[in-house]
Amino acid sequence: MGVMRILVCVKRVPAPGAKIVITKDEQDIDSAHLGFTMSPHEECAIEAAAQLVEQHGGEITILTAGSRASDEQLRYAASVGAGSLVRIENNTGIDWDPQHTARSLSTAVQALEDEFGGYDLLLFGNEAADTGGYQTGIRTAHLLGRPIVNAINGIEIVGDSFVARRETPSGVEVYRVPTPAAFGVKEGINLPRYPTMKGRLASKKLSVAVVEDHSEPGEQCRVRLFRPNEAAKETVILGRDSEAAGAVVDLLEELGLI
Amino acid sequence: MSNILVLIDSCEADATETINELLTQGRNLANQVNGSLEAITFDPRHKELAGAWAEHGVNVIHYLTNSALHDYGPQAWAQGIVQIVSLVEPISVISCGSDRGHEVMANVAAILDAPFVSNCLSVTAGERWQASRLQWGGSLIEEVTVASTFPVLSFALHSCETTLSKISEPLKIISHEIELDTESAKTIVIERTEKPEGQSLETSAVVVAGGRGVGSADGFNVLETLAKLLNGKVGCSRAVTNNGWRSHTDQVGQTGKRIAPDLYIACGISGAIQHWVGAMASKNILAINTDPEANMVKKADYAVIANLHEIIPAVSDEIVRRNGQ
Repeated sequence: MGVMRILVCVKRVPAPGAKIVITKDEQDIDSAHLGFTMSPHEECAIEAAAQLVEQHGGEITILTAGSRASDEQLRYAASVGAGSLVRIENNTGIDWDPQHTARSLSTAVQALEDEFGGYDLLLFGNEAADTGGYQTGIRTAHLLGRPIVNAINGIEIVGDSFVARRETPSGVEVYRVPTPAAFGVKEGINLPRYPTMKGRLASKKLSVAVVEDHSEPGEQCRVRLFRPNEAAKETVILGRDSEAAGAVVDLLEELGLI
Repeated sequence: MSNILVLIDSCEADATETINELLTQGRNLANQVNGSLEAITFDPRHKELAGAWAEHGVNVIHYLTNSALHDYGPQAWAQGIVQIVSLVEPISVISCGSDRGHEVMANVAAILDAPFVSNCLSVTAGERWQASRLQWGGSLIEEVTVASTFPVLSFALHSCETTLSKISEPLKIISHEIELDTESAKTIVIERTEKPEGQSLETSAVVVAGGRGVGSADGFNVLETLAKLLNGKVGCSRAVTNNGWRSHTDQVGQTGKRIAPDLYIACGISGAIQHWVGAMASKNILAINTDPEANMVKKADYAVIANLHEIIPAVSDEIVRRNGQ
């Protein structure tokens, strides 16, 4: 590899606390009082990229699809190590369903590669925190003709390949994928760093390149979004302070656990 | 005839119940369109398992092999499945909503440029397919329509009760030597290490989990003591892993483990959505929190309003005292 080039795709998602509220038209979650973040897996993907670049040298580009508000997530990525920021803007009103999103991302990656050179590694989150489609990375990689493995929690470079680890219910799997490669990353691969003050200041000066989306819509269409019925439940308060210890152990006995 | 193709991934551990649920969903879909349910498997043990699958409504088993396919490979599996799709011409391909199920279906959908509706709860076949599916790790349900005659689907784990449906015709087993290109061979597993048998967070009957309220890595010592007395495991929330107090392998939640123990003891955990979806399948939940208004307290079956650093050692002492009697 020459100078390693890594591209990480991220998605702006609301950061709900204890309860999610749906908008009146049942089309979205009511984010009027919510902060925003990127999906946790993607935060770890950026950290994985940053660690690879620290070890081997290279540069990191962050790509997102969304409105201008998504610049917040791009700048956060810049504050922890990314050097180029690109946003795909969609003025057509076409919904960002998985097929459409992957077409847009792959078109943008292709254009960036034509202009600046190929990426050795594409990183995605395993699945988005909100829609949880489990496919955008895989579809994008296919459209770009890159091999991809999902659910990865370890990446290192060995020769001209990436060696990736994946935890499964029964153990650990290892993959050796030649560059250029793509991975869907899972939280737990690392502990993402916090931005430094210097990083934050530098990220404010970085410009976001905006490209327009002209991709075809996909075939999945939302009808409505709702909260499943939760059975109204009275919590049995066993007591307060240490005096409740006896009641807790009674419960453990009742459940047959001791 | 309209057929449904179902990927049976019997190679992963603890899969029997998951497979039976998936076959129940598959049989239900096949009944909707008066079709047959045809299974795809890469498992050389399929002949011993075939009888059980047939009892859940499988008509045909396609066993796929290739000399290069010595282990799992998402893109190789997808390439094999696509070859069976062109042979059988099903109206849908389905899998369970596991990491592997999602991964293989996403690859199949990508190759065929078909829509992939993941984590479905229920599906109605038709000219426009309708499905309800999980979002936000299971805290929201989305209803979708699919403008395609060939959707790829995965079914959420525990999306239905298993039912038996014996087929009158004899089960057919067909072996296929599939073709693999060099591209899809790039993502075949090269090495595998099995976890030692034993209790894990996912299989433990009791999980004692701590959140931000535990306060430090050392603060977990009292939880470890209690978990040991109950022959359980210690879990934690995302706040804990983010603080570096415990490893991510202990994390319960949307981006951690999904567990369903007999008893989940949530200590100093506020109960944000991210955490709740990982613990909500627990049969009993006991919340220990100083804040009676904490979401975890409101959602739990039982609660103690107390400082965890006082109540948990008191509970451990009481267990030891009663055990000694």
